[in-house]
Amino acid sequence: MKNYDAIVIGAGHNGLTNAAFLAKAGLDVLVLEKNDYIGGATVSRELQEGWKYSNCSYVCSLFRPEIYQALDLGRHGLEVVPLQGGVTFKQDGDYYGNYHQSALKYREIARHSKRDADAAVRFDADLMKWCRLIRGFLLRTPPDPTSFKIRDAMEFASLLKAFYELSESQIYEFIRFFTMSIAEYLEEYFESEVIKAHFSGGSIIGTGLGVYSPGTAYVLLHHAMGDVDGNVGSWGFARGGMGSVSGAIASSFKSHGGEIRSGAEVEQINVSGRKATGVTLANGEVINAKAVVSNLDAKRTFLKIMDKKDLPDELVTRAENFKIRGSSGKLNIALDGMPDFPALGENSPLTLGHMHFSDTLERLERAYDDWKDDRWSADPYVDIVIPTQYEPTMAPPGKHMMSVFVQYCPVEAEGGWTEEKKQAFGQTVINQIADYSPNFKDLLVHAEIRTPKEIEAEVGLTEGNIFQGELTLDQLMFNRPFPGYAQYRGPVKNMYMCSSSNHPGGGVMGAPGANAAREILMDFGKTDTTPEDFGDD
Amino acid sequence: MKPNADYREILQHTPFHEKLAPLSQVQSWSPWNGYQVARTYDTLAAEYFAVRSSCSVFDMTPMEKYRIKGPDAIAFLNRMVTRDVSNLKPGRVTYVVWCNDEGKTLDDGTIFHLGKDGYRLCAAHHQLDWLMTSSIGFDVSIEKETHDVAALSVQGPTSCSVLLEAGFAGLEELKPFGIMNFTVQGVDVMVSRTGFTGDLGYEVWMDPDHAITIFDAIYDVKERGLYDIKPIGLDALEMVRIEAGFILPGDDFVTAETAVRNGRERSPFELGLGWAVSFDKPYFTGRRALEKEADEPIKRRLVKLAIEGNKTPHDSFLYDGKNGKRIGTIKVTIWSPILKQNLAVADIEYQNGKEPAEIWAEIYYQKELEWKSIWAKCEISEKPFWSPPRRSKTPPDRF
Repeated sequence: MKNYDAIVIGAGHNGLTNAAFLAKAGLDVLVLEKNDYIGGATVSRELQEGWKYSNCSYVCSLFRPEIYQALDLGRHGLEVVPLQGGVTFKQDGDYYGNYHQSALKYREIARHSKRDADAAVRFDADLMKWCRLIRGFLLRTPPDPTSFKIRDAMEFASLLKAFYELSESQIYEFIRFFTMSIAEYLEEYFESEVIKAHFSGGSIIGTGLGVYSPGTAYVLLHHAMGDVDGNVGSWGFARGGMGSVSGAIASSFKSHGGEIRSGAEVEQINVSGRKATGVTLANGEVINAKAVVSNLDAKRTFLKIMDKKDLPDELVTRAENFKIRGSSGKLNIALDGMPDFPALGENSPLTLGHMHFSDTLERLERAYDDWKDDRWSADPYVDIVIPTQYEPTMAPPGKHMMSVFVQYCPVEAEGGWTEEKKQAFGQTVINQIADYSPNFKDLLVHAEIRTPKEIEAEVGLTEGNIFQGELTLDQLMFNRPFPGYAQYRGPVKNMYMCSSSNHPGGGVMGAPGANAAREILMDFGKTDTTPEDFGDD
Repeated sequence: MKPNADYREILQHTPFHEKLAPLSQVQSWSPWNGYQVARTYDTLAAEYFAVRSSCSVFDMTPMEKYRIKGPDAIAFLNRMVTRDVSNLKPGRVTYVVWCNDEGKTLDDGTIFHLGKDGYRLCAAHHQLDWLMTSSIGFDVSIEKETHDVAALSVQGPTSCSVLLEAGFAGLEELKPFGIMNFTVQGVDVMVSRTGFTGDLGYEVWMDPDHAITIFDAIYDVKERGLYDIKPIGLDALEMVRIEAGFILPGDDFVTAETAVRNGRERSPFELGLGWAVSFDKPYFTGRRALEKEADEPIKRRLVKLAIEGNKTPHDSFLYDGKNGKRIGTIKVTIWSPILKQNLAVADIEYQNGKEPAEIWAEIYYQKELEWKSIWAKCEISEKPFWSPPRRSKTPPDRF
């Protein structure tokens, strides 16, 4: 029977990235995927004839350009088209237009508050400071601060060095930033309610936290630290939907001789003598490998596909307590035409970007309150994009595809999800959109409604948490997923983790996959094929 | 609900646009603070010499302007800026610089004492947020009036003659950094003897609704065949401001509010603006840090450099000797037609608080697309490169 060098469990973008770097180094690699299609949460599926949805993740910014370049993803079919600006509609019929043209954006903020327009200069520069600091650590293995190994000490020293390169006041601010709520943070810059509401959205996406919860300021950074062609904080559409991301990585992987088997669910990571030896599939088939890499989230990896007897008790406890709360829903909508948003007037460029309807921090916090009570938000925060306005591949000519990310939606609606409740959740979102777009309902051709339940069932993300674990300080850097396990090596020899449950965390970044590949190749004594950070200074 | 921004007009037109746009022969425009302004109208050389030999007009409306009023206005300003402005008299203007608590420069600008109308602060960058934050505890009102005041800079040896012909009677008595008010063609207009050119010149301030009337009154002097008047754009202004030794926050150094990387921001001492810092006045923002810095050897300086030869030192690295240690870079540079020399603003490191004994630039230049490199010696100039007597002569020579 064939003995692979490495088996990667889960053909999401991190699993594929990991596999591609291993294959590029000459390893014989097999990727196993439970679904009949690859991609995990980076998929494009045609659920309505003629329309393609980015069913889960829907925009791209965090994906590391270093990986893009190293895996030659452009030639393998990936194209990321920058998205432009955004808008928050107000209940009084006005709006805040976050224009992508800086002069226009300045004037628009000033329309709501002259002072805020000037304060935005300070806000942007401050956010960029933290972005710059954190970006330098995305493609690096977190050091173990308790280890005396030379590599850990050196990596920790470089972490401290980056920290101490900040000025005295920046150090204070940095620590505050990482522990503050986004609402409190924005209060230090802005006075206009709609400006605060607009800029706070990115800090609650995907989290089980509200705008007033400590730690949400960092989540904003997590959404702002990516870039499209050097424009830090910008987002883009993958041409052909997010499936193009996983498709391109898979193509690159295959070009290096890699093998993918879909419809092959792993039931167990086989361990013998405290060493991983391979996997057993749901159909009973055993496949052996010198290394087993899990791209599943930490909870699923340790509690579902590993035998607890093979694991240290402490790790099992950590896995059980791992915070991975599902809080997001999604509607993917096929439209017969472009919906009107009368508040914007005709031909406004603002529909080209992210659209939101939450115009106060209070409404955002109330939306969170519902979630805490196991209800979907009656007045949810949505992040809407309509890529088909300039992306021709996802809907028939003249028709449109709308992606509606919804915060918050509980893992278990009170008393458990039913089809009826799911439809009611979808209707809540549709009604909210229709409040601002009178012809929206008439244009509706098809809607895919996804609660955390669907995300968990299809993609395999525990509780449907899109980040594979909350992005809170206790679960970041050398504490991600757990203290002592942040260097992508599992509790048994030859077992590794490459998913977003690991540093630097969730989002379509590819970094955990690449970082894990670096560690595996080091253990195998192979040439490192993973890219170095482009560097900043 | 206020009217929405018109997204089709990304850059706004200044009140002078309808007059200036037809004068543009090359349609070369640039954004400046949300407005569309000319880079050049004709040729750079013609515009440069309008400033140095006749009369130029420059539309400076986009410059940030703030009005500060109230019983504590001057106390507030004196607390904010590093210079002692407590004795600023009505009808006078002074150059100022202001810092954050760490003594790093936020911006520079000018304060106009408008008498009973309070004070106008002109700044290079957006300052409303900082002004509001700094004003806590002071009984003042602060209004941004950038878009409510039109401003035209009239500069050059014949500028006084031109303005006298245009109806600004008595202007010849106005001294440098003084303010006078006029009524021209029935319009109230304020003139200050200030500018960014280092030459004889005036800045004319008015209600945007009357901008055209005043522009016409001035430009009519040319139409009448008396004196030439040329509109100039940002490119010519860049040449004359470097000759005059004026620095431009954001271009020559990174302002403290926008700096992302630690160490990029600069103190007034490091910018060569130590003369604008006074410790003989009550506490001002940044004082503690600046006092500490003043006791220590200076680490770096923004300097005015004259570079030998005629090869343009664009983005050149600077060394403490030919092939020596790298000590800095050129930030901006121009060829000075009047001095026949390359002039630059450069940021260089000082060892032990001392100016380097020698400074050499490594210049990459190309002739017909072939690149070459050359070493050129540089000299620091503590004084403005160009400051002719006519700049301050009162009354100015008549033409």
